Amino acid sequence: MTMTSTAKQPSAFGNIARSNTAVGLFFMLPAAVFLLCFLTYPLGLGVWLGFTDATIGRDGIFIGLENYQALARDSVFWMAVYNTVFYTLIASILKFGFGLWLALILNEHLPFKSFFRAIILLPWVVPTVLSALAFWWIYDAQFSIISWSLMQLGWIDGPINFLGDPNNARASVIAANVWRGIPFVAISLLAGLQTIPQSLHEAASLDGATGWQRFRFITLPMLTPIIAVVMTFSVLFTFTDFQLIYVLTKGGPVNATHLMATLSFQRGIPGGQLGEGAAIAVAMIPFLLASILFSFFGLQRRKWQQGGQD
Amino acid sequence: MSISEQTTTQPLTDDAQGMSYLNRLPRRIVVLYLPLAVFVFVLLFPFYWMAITAVKPNSQLTDYSNYSPFWVVQPTLDHIKYLLFETSYPGWLWNTLVVAVCATVLSLAASVFAAYAIERVRFSGSRPVGLLIFLAYLVPPSILFIPLAVIVFKFGMYDSKLALIFTYPTFLIPFCTWLLMGYFRSIPFELEESALVDGASRWQILIRIILPLAVPGLISAGIFAFTLSWNEFIYALTFIQSSENKTVPVGVLTELVRGDVFEWGSLMAGALFGSLPVVILYSFFVDYYVSSMTGAVKE
Repeated sequence: MTMTSTAKQPSAFGNIARSNTAVGLFFMLPAAVFLLCFLTYPLGLGVWLGFTDATIGRDGIFIGLENYQALARDSVFWMAVYNTVFYTLIASILKFGFGLWLALILNEHLPFKSFFRAIILLPWVVPTVLSALAFWWIYDAQFSIISWSLMQLGWIDGPINFLGDPNNARASVIAANVWRGIPFVAISLLAGLQTIPQSLHEAASLDGATGWQRFRFITLPMLTPIIAVVMTFSVLFTFTDFQLIYVLTKGGPVNATHLMATLSFQRGIPGGQLGEGAAIAVAMIPFLLASILFSFFGLQRRKWQQGGQD
Repeated sequence: MSISEQTTTQPLTDDAQGMSYLNRLPRRIVVLYLPLAVFVFVLLFPFYWMAITAVKPNSQLTDYSNYSPFWVVQPTLDHIKYLLFETSYPGWLWNTLVVAVCATVLSLAASVFAAYAIERVRFSGSRPVGLLIFLAYLVPPSILFIPLAVIVFKFGMYDSKLALIFTYPTFLIPFCTWLLMGYFRSIPFELEESALVDGASRWQILIRIILPLAVPGLISAGIFAFTLSWNEFIYALTFIQSSENKTVPVGVLTELVRGDVFEWGSLMAGALFGSLPVVILYSFFVDYYVSSMTGAVKE
C-alpha cells in the first residue's frame, strides 16, 4: 500500500485500515494468537484437569472436587505446602538482606565497579540446572568441599550429610536458591539506589544525621517502592521454583523437600496422574494471586511517590 | 521508560563520588572491601569448582589426602573429550541453540507489533490489554506444564523441537512486549505525527521510524529472551522424550547422571560448556542485559 494510493482512494478498505481499533487489533494478532493458544487456554485447561481424573493417554471425566478432597487428606501434599511457604519465606528474607547489603556496597565509590557489577550477576545468567549440578557436587555426601574445608579447620569431625537429612537438605536447597537470587535483588536495588540524589544525604549529614539515620530516613523510604516490586518478583519465582529441587533432591529424602511444583510434576508426569498434578498446580494460584495484588499496589505507590501521573 | 526516566532523573544525580571521601581507608576496608570480597568469593566459587572439576583426572577427583582439592596437578581434557565425542552432547547444544534462536525471533516479532499497538496505536482497550500482558508475564511455567503437555500431545508436537519453539513464547512474549512498550514510550510522539502528516501508513512508521530508534530495546529484549530460553528446563523436561531432541540442561541431567557412580568430571564439563554460550553473550552485552532486567522491574 503506497502513500499515493491511500490518499487518492478513500475505499472501504482504507477506512478500516485507518481506524485505530482495526490497526491495533491487526498488530496484536500474532501475540494474541500465541498467548491465547499456549497461555490462556492451558490455564483454563489446567483448572479443568484439576476437576477430572485424567491420566496420561486417557481423557478424564469430571469428578468434581475429589482431587482436592484427596489432597486435603494427603500428608505429603501438606508437607509440600509447608515446605513451599517455609522455603519462600526464608529464602526471600535472606535474598533481600544480602541483596540490599551488596547493593549498598556496590553503590559506593569503588575501583572496577562495572567489572564487579558484571561478574556478580553471573549466578543469575547461568542456567539454573547447570549451577545446581555444581551445588550437587559441592553438597556431595562423601567428597563435599565444604565438609573437607571445615574438617581441615577442625570445626567438625565427619562429613556433613547435606542432602540426606531432611533439615540439612532444606537448608542446603535454600542456600543454593539464595546464592542464585542475590544478584537479581542486588542489581535491581542498585538501579534504584542510583536514582537517590546525593544532595539529600549531604543535607542530612549537615543537619547532623548519622550513617544509620541517613539509611533509615533517606535510603529506605526512597527505595521502598522498588523493594516492593523486586521482592514480589523474587517471591513469585521462589514460590514456583522447580529446577533446584528437582536437581538437588528430587523432593527427597522421604518427600521432606518437595515443593508444590515438584510434587505436581512428580504426580503428573512420571506418576501419570495428570488430574492430581494439575490440582496441585491450581492450589498454587491463590498464593500467586496474593503476590500479584501486592505487586499491583506496589507499582501504584511508586508512581505516586515519583510525582508521575496515575 | 528507561530513556525518559534517565532524562528526568539526570539533574538530580550530582557528584558521583558523594560523601565517600569522608570515610578513612581502614574503615573502608572493613565496611566495603572485606564484605565485597566475601560476596564475590561465594558467588563465583561454584563456577571455579565446576571448572577445576572438569579438568581434574579421576585419580585426583576424590583423593583429598594426597592432592589439594582446590588445585589440579596434571589437568586433563579426557572429560571434555568424552563429553564431545562419546555422548550426544554436541547434539543437545545444537538443539538448545535452534530452539532458543527460533523462540526468540518468533517472540520478538510478535512482541514488536503488540507493543507498538498497545503503546502507540492506542486502540480502544489498549490499556487493559497492556495490563493483561503484564499479568501474563507473572504466570509461572510450573502451573502450565501439565495442561501444555496435553495440548502439545494433541497437536502432535510431542517430543519435537517444535513443541519447545511454540511454548517458550508463552513467557517470552509477555516479557519482550512489556520491555518494548517501555522503549516505544520513550520515542517522541512528534516524529510519528510528522510522518503521519506526510502520509505514512502505520506500517511504514513502525518499520522506518520506530524500529531503527528502538534497536537498543530490541537487543536488550533479544539477549534476555535468548538467555531465558537457553535456561528453560521444565517444559524441555516434560515435552521431550528421545535423547536426540533434548536440550543441554535436560540432557546433562537425565543422560549423564546414571546409576550411583557419578562421572563428576564430565558432568561438570557438561555444566561448564552449557553455561559458556550465555556467559559469552552476556559479557558482550552486560549493559543491555542489566537494563532489560531492571527495566522489567522498574516499570
